[in-house]
Amino acid sequence: MATPESATARLSRLLTMVPWLVNRQGIDIDEAAAELGVPRTQIEADLSLLFVCGTPGHLPDDLIEAEWEEGRVYLRNADTIARPLRLGIDEATALIVGLRALAAVPGLGEREAVDRALAKLTEATGESAQATSRVQVKLAGSVADETLALAREALSARRRVHLRYLVAARDEATERDVDPMRVFNIDSHWYLEGWCHRAQDVRLFRLDRIETITLLDHDGTPPAQARARDLDTDIFTPAPDDLQVTLGLAPQAAWVAEYYPVQELIQGTDGTLTVTLRTADSTWVRNLVWRLAGGAWVIEPESLRQEVRAGAEEALAAYEES
Amino acid sequence: MSTTSPAAKTERLLNLVICLLYTRQPLSKARIRDAVPQYGETASTEAFDRMFERDKDELRDLGIPLRTEPLDAYFDDEPGYRIDRREYALPDIVFEADELAVLGLASRTWQQASLAGAASTAMRKLRAADVERDSASILGLEPRVRTTEAAFTPVKDAVLACRPISFDYRKPDGAVSTRHLQPWGVTNWHGRWYVTGFDTDRDAPRVFRLGRIDGAVKATGRAGAYQVPEDHDALRMIDGVEVEREPQPAVLRVLVGAGNTLRRRARTVGEVDDHWSQLDVDFTDTEVFAEQIAGFGPAVRVIHPPELSRAVVRRLRAARDAQEAR
Repeated sequence: MATPESATARLSRLLTMVPWLVNRQGIDIDEAAAELGVPRTQIEADLSLLFVCGTPGHLPDDLIEAEWEEGRVYLRNADTIARPLRLGIDEATALIVGLRALAAVPGLGEREAVDRALAKLTEATGESAQATSRVQVKLAGSVADETLALAREALSARRRVHLRYLVAARDEATERDVDPMRVFNIDSHWYLEGWCHRAQDVRLFRLDRIETITLLDHDGTPPAQARARDLDTDIFTPAPDDLQVTLGLAPQAAWVAEYYPVQELIQGTDGTLTVTLRTADSTWVRNLVWRLAGGAWVIEPESLRQEVRAGAEEALAAYEES
Repeated sequence: MSTTSPAAKTERLLNLVICLLYTRQPLSKARIRDAVPQYGETASTEAFDRMFERDKDELRDLGIPLRTEPLDAYFDDEPGYRIDRREYALPDIVFEADELAVLGLASRTWQQASLAGAASTAMRKLRAADVERDSASILGLEPRVRTTEAAFTPVKDAVLACRPISFDYRKPDGAVSTRHLQPWGVTNWHGRWYVTGFDTDRDAPRVFRLGRIDGAVKATGRAGAYQVPEDHDALRMIDGVEVEREPQPAVLRVLVGAGNTLRRRARTVGEVDDHWSQLDVDFTDTEVFAEQIAGFGPAVRVIHPPELSRAVVRRLRAARDAQEAR
């Protein structure tokens, strides 16, 4: 853990951990650590603390029994805290808001399971369930329902698809065959991740940029080397050989630093920002700088700076002619 | 172990929780001091009192329902304390396999976002007695929400608690001003977080983008200080901000093979020659559309209307001039 855990945060974690361990007597300590998301040494420290705690009297019979010498965890005599504490407001919010967002996904086959889970959870949470309705997540509505439905159908039927797909960054319409791996939503956009036979690699396709999707009469099992990205770390991570671009941003364009994955950010004293990003294709950067109307300028590489300036010049020349 | 170390405090609090859950009758402070070893070691009654008062508040902050009840039905001068087991414990809910699968999916929505920890704790609690191994997502669907805005956590807490706040807000033109708000809701819409509420400076409902809040969000009142109107519809308020005028027609020349997003929204597409297509496209906001067109550089040219051309030319000039070496 990066910051030291406070005494109360640790207590809260222990009150969740004890019921979990009580129901898993003899669990391998490393497995428990992995599932509980803490290092093994932390579990050992926690167990050492637990076994000096217990019911009033604090005679040996009153204390919690914790054992882990053989690498297997046993926890006994912890009846008073063997049930988890009710869900806190943040815990209830995280699940209920997540379920409500799912329920709104068009054509979701599991809709009924979502509704049942939501009903049980709301009942168990009681009053605070009402407050959770004030936090809302609206997953993208711009994507055509049938695109999403077809992508999911291809996935469950393991069928290859043919896409007519718009590469917005290069302003190019492309045709390709893809073996679907999964469908996910991030930052309110739906994506299809799959093995692209044209690129011979795993690619992400934004569903709202798929012009047509056709299920092919062909098995869609991706090749063994196809590896899905980790959605939490490397979804948009640049490849090592990507071009490095440094941009200057005026205050009105500061949102760019929040919107795109920047590698480095330097705040200038005059309110400007200098950001460095890596990208496989600088076309979108060029387009972005044109759009920002002076809010952004290319610092590096020099070739891109020239390209942006020349492109703007060429576009302007067309208006002067007429 | 020193009595002031965090570990000693966790041990003391845990013993207190166990003791108050264990007792059926409310316990007086004196009984509690005897029952929890770490309290017995305090130097004086005053030191114990101070420590106990603090501990009590901290347990309540964790959501532990610590009750204060009269020790004796006839004399209520001395309070007693206990934790009701039924109030404390998560009710026994049995979830079916498909319900657990969607719950897992819902919890992963927040992975790497500020509610990620709360989501996994919640799942650990719900699955405490369910020892089946978590089956990987079989749904082929994975929603994810990010909360990169620093203001998310304080604003979300204020919304849940109905607590008024103030913050510095940056307008799109860069001007910053301090705003006072009774937040009603926090909403993710098209990938961005917004807070809706009653702006007490403007005396009217307002919408703010969390990404434009500068610096700290300060609490300016107590929890439960106001009520959220029953008919509050956050999405409608946010949508209203982005409300647009009547669409008007534009005529554009677009290089063959380029301007694909424009082609998709065009009413008609005709070929001018081997290099250029001509598009009829409707737009609502001149500046927004000009920004989009400028992004295509020389590949797209406005033929009509003139104010759209002017807006594009202004943008391209500014973009060109900004590239001069600094």
